Amino acid sequence: MLAAILSRLLRMVVVMFGISVITFLIFFATPSSDPAARIAGKNAAQETIEAVRKDFGLDRPLYVQYGLMMKRLFITRDLTSFANRGQQIVPAVAAAAPATLSLVSGAAVLWMLGGILTGITAAAWRGRWPDKLLMGISMMAVAMPVFWVGEMVNLITQNRLHDTWAFSWVPALGYTPFSQDPGLWFRSMVFPWLTLAFLYIGLYGRMLRTGIIETYQEDFIRTARAKGLTGRKVLLKHATRSAIIPIVIMFGMDFGVLVGGAAVLTEVVFGINGVGRLTYQALKVLDLPMIMATVLYASFFVVVANAVVDLLCLLIDPRMRRA
Amino acid sequence: MGASPEQETALPPADPSAGEKVWSRRGPWRRVLQGLLGSPTAMISAALLVLIVIATLLAPVYAKHVAGTDPFRSGLSAKIKIDGKPVPVMQQSTEGLGLGVTPIGPTWGPQYMLGADGQGRDVAARLLYGGQNSLLIAGASTVLCLLIAAIVGIAAGYLGGAVDGVLSNLIDMIWAFPVYLLAISLSIVMIGKSYAFGPFEISSGSLIVPILIIGLVYVPYVARPIRGRVLALNQSEFVMAARGLGIRPGRILWRHILPNVSTTLIVFAPMLMALNIVTESSLSFLSVGVQPPNASWGTILQDGQTLLYSRPMVSLAPGLAIMVTVLLLNLFGDVLRDVLDPKSARGR
Repeated sequence: MLAAILSRLLRMVVVMFGISVITFLIFFATPSSDPAARIAGKNAAQETIEAVRKDFGLDRPLYVQYGLMMKRLFITRDLTSFANRGQQIVPAVAAAAPATLSLVSGAAVLWMLGGILTGITAAAWRGRWPDKLLMGISMMAVAMPVFWVGEMVNLITQNRLHDTWAFSWVPALGYTPFSQDPGLWFRSMVFPWLTLAFLYIGLYGRMLRTGIIETYQEDFIRTARAKGLTGRKVLLKHATRSAIIPIVIMFGMDFGVLVGGAAVLTEVVFGINGVGRLTYQALKVLDLPMIMATVLYASFFVVVANAVVDLLCLLIDPRMRRA
Repeated sequence: MGASPEQETALPPADPSAGEKVWSRRGPWRRVLQGLLGSPTAMISAALLVLIVIATLLAPVYAKHVAGTDPFRSGLSAKIKIDGKPVPVMQQSTEGLGLGVTPIGPTWGPQYMLGADGQGRDVAARLLYGGQNSLLIAGASTVLCLLIAAIVGIAAGYLGGAVDGVLSNLIDMIWAFPVYLLAISLSIVMIGKSYAFGPFEISSGSLIVPILIIGLVYVPYVARPIRGRVLALNQSEFVMAARGLGIRPGRILWRHILPNVSTTLIVFAPMLMALNIVTESSLSFLSVGVQPPNASWGTILQDGQTLLYSRPMVSLAPGLAIMVTVLLLNLFGDVLRDVLDPKSARGR
């Protein structure tokens, strides 16, 4: 068991190392992207570019640059931005993390509740109108780009209807930390939560419904029925329990990716200064240290989510322990 | 997002005797075709998709003969006639100090039917032109992704050993990279520059750049199940039998592995294309996808971002176009999966 955990940890480190190298190569070693020229700005004189190159240590061999950046990121933690000189990277990421975490965890609660409820309801009434209605809505949810849903939500809540009784409680776009004003924090997050959750309710609901219906073909369901269990018990205790494993796996992955910054579109549309937006802005101005930090931050969550999901599966499904 | 169509599809092992004349007999493909023809959902969604494609292809005709504008040139000083009176496309603001201009809203007439965007261009005409690009990018990147994923997945699954080790680890690594961040990273490095690969030259702003990026980022999501499928096929009785008969590995690959993997690929195609349409729009919305003056549904959404409250139609129209197209693709894809994979259809 200890060996398994250790090898798992080692694998995590290897994957993260690989990701950091890939990111580094994409931005530092792509032939056409000279970081010095980018920092110096458009139409900069050759001397300026050379000065910048020396100033930022970009004239050293690549592996030295990589090593230095990793050391300043993880050990001394004084890595500074290329774009806003003097801005420290680690505090900037730490400051953006709570906003993303609030957005994603709130949405996650909604989409797990909504998705599971949708899936079970649709499976229980399959082929009849509740099923058709729920699956229709789910298909729509999956078909709409999340940022467009966000825009439409803003159009309704922030524009003309904003002054009516229905939406006057919605604050202007932006993020208020929980510690500053819990009430305002909640009110400003309601619609971002709903927007982000909507897509995943559609995905999870569809998947759970299919899973439950497939499980109904299994022998153990027939056995449960033959034992004389009620339909509700068969559905909830037997079919759903077995069909929920893929949902748990998917949830772990999605949650990890989103906390790591994949909620960038929702953050941009609702003006939430989270990790996704930070990454996006860093990418736009090619702020290499910030990019390295945010991408590594994101991959950390993905890798951890992967590991947690694997462990959870072992706990839920004893059959997997043999492998 | 991390969402991906990731269902393992299992076709019953192909009838080993169906060697030479798969197409001419009542083979599995015939059954698939019959299944599709017998499903009203599949037929209606396919017909509507064809209509959308035709409509976007007719964009030049619409722009020239109906709207009478060039949707790629800004029309800031243009005037159109409404009820016989000339109306400027960019209207002076009547509120507040009267500063600034707002593009004309939907006229519901032939000219500027859906209004104008921030540069006074006809949104309806751009919507059709943009549809061409959105569909082209989504389609081409789907083909590219399936092709690469098939090669990678089959190589990893069939060759095994060191090849599998390297490829699987690479897949895992790319998988750990959030799709959107990877796509944005690649776009920023690649967009706005020209590349030359021997005789081929990719000019900056070419559609090939978003096609490449969108085609690449979803490869792991397809390659992984393909690899799993090939591993399972390797152990299947008919492949063992073929081996036992001394048939060359190349022929086994071509005759037995590939036809069985192809169904998995086909099931992925419509869903991947739907996903790619959304991805294209998201990248273009973040201005790292299709580059101006080219239009796509995503770039129109980006144009509409600043006009969201004054001229919501500029955002509403392309969003609805995306939604309808993706919905139809998913509906068609669902039927296709059920037809190709009787196991999942049984429960319905």
